[in-house]
Amino acid sequence: MNPLGVAVVPPEERASPFARFDLPRLLLVVVCVAIGIFLILPIFIVIPISFSSAKFLQFPPPGWSLQWYQAFFSSPAWMNALKTSATIAVPTTILATLLGTAAALAMIRSKFPGATLINAVIMAPLIVPLIIAACGIFAVFRIWGLIGTIGGLILAHTALAIPFVVVTVSASVRTVDQRLEQAARGLGASPLVAFRRITLPLILPGVLSGALFAFVTSLDEVIVSLFISTAQVRPLAVQMWSDVRGAIDPTIAAVSTLLFGFSLGVLLLVSLMRRPSR
Amino acid sequence: MATTRQLADQPEVGALAPTSLGRMRLGTTALVLPASLFLLITFVYPVGLLLLRSVSFPTWGIENYATIFQETIYLRVLANTVVISGAVTLITLLLGYPYAYLMATGSPLTQRAMAFVVLVPFWTSILVRTYAWLVLLQRRGLVNRTLEWSGLITEPLDLVHNRIGVYIGMTQVLLPFMVFPLFAVMSRIDRSHLQAASNLGAPPTQVFIRVFLPLSLPGVIAGVLLVFILSLGYYITPALLGGPRDIMIAQLIQEQIGEFGEWGIGAALATVLLIGTVLLAALLNRFIKLDRIWGGQT
Repeated sequence: MNPLGVAVVPPEERASPFARFDLPRLLLVVVCVAIGIFLILPIFIVIPISFSSAKFLQFPPPGWSLQWYQAFFSSPAWMNALKTSATIAVPTTILATLLGTAAALAMIRSKFPGATLINAVIMAPLIVPLIIAACGIFAVFRIWGLIGTIGGLILAHTALAIPFVVVTVSASVRTVDQRLEQAARGLGASPLVAFRRITLPLILPGVLSGALFAFVTSLDEVIVSLFISTAQVRPLAVQMWSDVRGAIDPTIAAVSTLLFGFSLGVLLLVSLMRRPSR
Repeated sequence: MATTRQLADQPEVGALAPTSLGRMRLGTTALVLPASLFLLITFVYPVGLLLLRSVSFPTWGIENYATIFQETIYLRVLANTVVISGAVTLITLLLGYPYAYLMATGSPLTQRAMAFVVLVPFWTSILVRTYAWLVLLQRRGLVNRTLEWSGLITEPLDLVHNRIGVYIGMTQVLLPFMVFPLFAVMSRIDRSHLQAASNLGAPPTQVFIRVFLPLSLPGVIAGVLLVFILSLGYYITPALLGGPRDIMIAQLIQEQIGEFGEWGIGAALATVLLIGTVLLAALLNRFIKLDRIWGGQT
């Protein structure tokens, strides 16, 4: 990497083309810092806005207050949306984690006819554009009478979350030596006991990050929810969507800050859990 | 499948007889059934039903396809979709390549910090990010205020509700998907090749162009395909940051089905989008395992 043609690299440094600190490298670092700022700074901008004392969106804020958090926590629409989201996300997480973990165990540990097809079915929600899933689910849920129901939202979110759980759990199942469980079986443990005492503790970090992934998927999902929710049953993301489309009221900045804080927490949790398995 | 029935017929045995190992495998295989059935009913069947409507609604035939490939409004949106996706892919590649390069060649600390910077937006709600861009880019937003204050412009620039807004927003959302596969491939490049070229007298530029760049190509192809696929079906960012002239296929599908009840046209558009996506995904799968991308974020 020396596009400027400064060919004064001594041989001993040339030996390790990575460990140099020259002008092109410095430029590269500057470019990457700029890219990093582009990636995360816009998200941080919502934090000062959410604490603004201005009546409208204004930057920099003329003063500080908690009015937008107050507006959020005292608004029936937002509180209702928050409650709806929690009512959907918790069962979705449990269901997707159970189904996804079971599927991941089967897919990694045994070979069976039609495995490719089943793999395609399970991974489909990762590949099929969400708008297509949303229209299809909307069509079927209308027939089944699931539009605007908590149950319908749970089913749809679970479908979208399963592949994320499968992917995350598969990664940790791959690292577990199967002979450990077989040894337990050889010593007389029943399959369930062997699984619960040997394999489950070993894959637990993967299962927990899969569960967090499922929870976040449900919490952030917009497109499918937009199609199958109603004014009465409306998750947080849909409430946010309709507010962002309308006036850019700083209450959204307060919600965004809370969600962002939550995402950061989840990210830290996941990276803490990932470390031991790697 | 026969596995569940066979499993139920066999009595439980505690000790590990040769047959019991085989049975354990069958039992394990059966674990894939609940998730598969669940997704068949709640995902595959709905998508299938939607695709069927492209030839069955309002009447049987291929009229819907004839319409979308003949009328200018639909063709323009299809063209828009390809142009915007292509541009976003190119921008993310131009930004993602140097980023992944520094990440792959930096110290472990640099690597972790850079990975964190990519992961923060990846985990943050897309609505939060889009809202932030609206705040920054609007006519009286932070970017315009700063530019005016610095004297670079006198009139605020239109940065949002047009193509620029779409490019900025989509690039930020999709950049992580370019960086992951690039980094995965670059970090596995055998350093001794670079060293060999260097020892043989190649200047650093040559080492990069003739050795590193070709070896990183699988990552480039994977990243390009992945970002392009994700762009094609994008909805939220173009809907919120774009203008009426930047409508992409996903918005058109939403409009046709959600607002006009035109299931046939919407489904035909969805079929075209899905075929494109699946073909590209199959190609992508040859370069990098799809599940590795989603699973390999740290």
